[in-house]
Amino acid sequence: MKELMLGNKAAARGLWEAGCSFISSYPGTPSTEITEEAAKFPEIYCEWAPNEKVAMEAAFGACLAGKRAFCGMKHVGLNVAADPLYTMSYTGVNAGLVIAVADDAGMHSSQNEQDSRHHAIAAKVPMLEPSDSAEALLFAKLAYELSEKYDTPVILKMCTRVAHSQSVVEPGERDVPEKAYEKNIAKYVMMPGNAKRRHPIVEQRMADLAAWAETASVNRVERGTGKTGIITSSTSYQYVKEVFGDTVSVLKLGMVNPLPEKLIRDFAAGMEELIVVEELDPIIENYCRSLGLNVHGKDKLPIVDEFSQGLLAEKLCNETKESVSLDVNVPVRPPVMCAGCPHRGLFYTLSKNKCTVLGDIGCYTLGAVAPLSAIEMTLCMGASVSAAHGFNKADPSNESRTVAVIGDSTFMHSGMTGLANIAYNQSNSTVIILDNSITGMTGHQQNPTTGFNLRGDPAGKIDLEALCTAMGFRRVRVVDPYNLKECDAALKEELAANEPSVIISRRPCALLKYVKHKPPVKADPEKCRGCKACMRIGCPAISMKNGKAVIDNTLCVGCGVCAQLCAFGALCEN
Amino acid sequence: METKNVMIVGVGGQGSLLASKLLGHLLLGCGYDVKVSEVHGMSQRGGSVVTYVRWGDRVYSPVIDKGEADFIVSFELLEAARYVPYLKKGGVIVTNTQQIDPMPVITGAAAYPESLVETMKAAGVNVDALDCLALAEEAGSLKAVNIVLLGRLTHYFDIPEEKWLASLEAIVPPKFLEINKKAFEIGKNAGV
Repeated sequence: MKELMLGNKAAARGLWEAGCSFISSYPGTPSTEITEEAAKFPEIYCEWAPNEKVAMEAAFGACLAGKRAFCGMKHVGLNVAADPLYTMSYTGVNAGLVIAVADDAGMHSSQNEQDSRHHAIAAKVPMLEPSDSAEALLFAKLAYELSEKYDTPVILKMCTRVAHSQSVVEPGERDVPEKAYEKNIAKYVMMPGNAKRRHPIVEQRMADLAAWAETASVNRVERGTGKTGIITSSTSYQYVKEVFGDTVSVLKLGMVNPLPEKLIRDFAAGMEELIVVEELDPIIENYCRSLGLNVHGKDKLPIVDEFSQGLLAEKLCNETKESVSLDVNVPVRPPVMCAGCPHRGLFYTLSKNKCTVLGDIGCYTLGAVAPLSAIEMTLCMGASVSAAHGFNKADPSNESRTVAVIGDSTFMHSGMTGLANIAYNQSNSTVIILDNSITGMTGHQQNPTTGFNLRGDPAGKIDLEALCTAMGFRRVRVVDPYNLKECDAALKEELAANEPSVIISRRPCALLKYVKHKPPVKADPEKCRGCKACMRIGCPAISMKNGKAVIDNTLCVGCGVCAQLCAFGALCEN
Repeated sequence: METKNVMIVGVGGQGSLLASKLLGHLLLGCGYDVKVSEVHGMSQRGGSVVTYVRWGDRVYSPVIDKGEADFIVSFELLEAARYVPYLKKGGVIVTNTQQIDPMPVITGAAAYPESLVETMKAAGVNVDALDCLALAEEAGSLKAVNIVLLGRLTHYFDIPEEKWLASLEAIVPPKFLEINKKAFEIGKNAGV
């Protein structure tokens, strides 16, 4: 029966239908729901790993054991997992192994706009690229067939508009092929002698896959009426069809690595004009040029941001749709920390103490936004801790005012190794772990510090204090970020201390279902002097109306941080 | 049939995903090809959010571009104004009149524009504005703003009411069904 299904859910359905039995992933927008949806199938073992590298290696182990395995991640996660990926290309697989990577052109929720196709090319593994939910399901299944037939991990490349769009799919049934594990040192132990013998096998495999790609149904030609040919894939295909319909011929590529040389040459042969429509980097375009074909691509279309039908119509047809614009300055509405967010009190304290804050990846990156404007650097997962060490070592005068801030999940992901470097090489650094007891920004996933697994069942729980102590930190303390005085005292003491320290700022995310909210704070207009001290924390529940502070009762969760800032007792907790 | 487009816009956390889910269910049930595009992740945190719903004989793009929306359903007044350029000529904005200050307004760096409904009307936009928060409260839950808006939207759709109600029953958890049915009726009858 036909169903409207999110691309990520459709991919999960495809994994299930293909008999996938093991999933290990790390959450990251826009990839997270593949694993969350797959976890709804009781037949699949699903887990959140501490990071993508661990997830991919766990999935590799499962495929060695003879179970079809999967791991999912966002584009930057594949950088973390690149190490196992590049050598899994050499070992190949036992049962099928599929890796989903979700790119984020347009950077809806990411720190960069990298094009994951480069990884597939460099690692020499096949990459399938669905353009809607139906293909996400089909390609996930096909990925397992290819993985086992060609003895290779296969990457399923999603993007925001495929991952987070719902379109119509027709679900099928589950079929579970299994293989036994067989010891094979020459294949699975990648020391130089063995790897030297595996590399030619990798090259032959890619040649075989390229031959397969020439006639595979995932690469299809749709003949149109005109003499213009467009080569495209993924969501760009949808925009091409939207704008041009059947007036152009389209070569729609479902496999973007390796590319089919003859198919592309034959397609190009009958065309007066050839255009490659691909988001981000000119990978198909450069390949066409390497074949000596005369193509348009990035000369007409941007290399940055995502595409849309409007963009294609404008850039390729010089057409724009009529639209109304208002002669009004509409203020922007950037994302903000939620009312009651436990990060707010801590960032206020950092801002007040004029700290240099090296930040990390999570909701708390919003600590860089006005009025808190506290964070001065955010690079990648874990970089806060490692960079604070370098920042302090390079100039020890930084030590007394510099902190690293990192969330609990991000700390488990790749903050621990940075902390080990501080402990080992002894910089006098102060690291603040923002422990909100969940992976927040990706939508509340469990992690090794929460005590629960992906399905919400009790699990192992890593004790952050004990971990930091075991690494050699003698100064480890816990503060409640709702208590500004406590935060301020702890920060001052740890910055002044003559040795490295860890402050754990602990308070669960205010959006967690089990967190009980207090009644809204009461604003007393009689007592309010309109000094705006309460506005310094950037809480969306507080605004000034007619010179007086007003609380939005639908948003306020009674955290009381604002009340601690009011010198006139105008804000009272109930 | 030419592809039709609805944009659902609002502030992160206002419940637009339920509205798009219901529309998707409804339109698929009517036999159309449907695509719904959502926003997850960071932009959900109190930011401006937009969901696209498209239906027709064959829908390609999952997104809606400037000048293409037949309808904009807005949960908040400023967001309605923000997305006016996406409206097709002759399109309709159905909006909640609730105002939620964005951070630049809260900090005093910008002002919330006044008389936005009148400004939009003066620019030739068809605006159907109603106080959905009050109507949702009347229905019994402030969270039913989304269903009030959908009730209102029925006026512009050539789809029988029983189909809307069937989708409501299919999408909304049973314990909230009565309140949402009431919100739907209230939205449908508001200002008529």
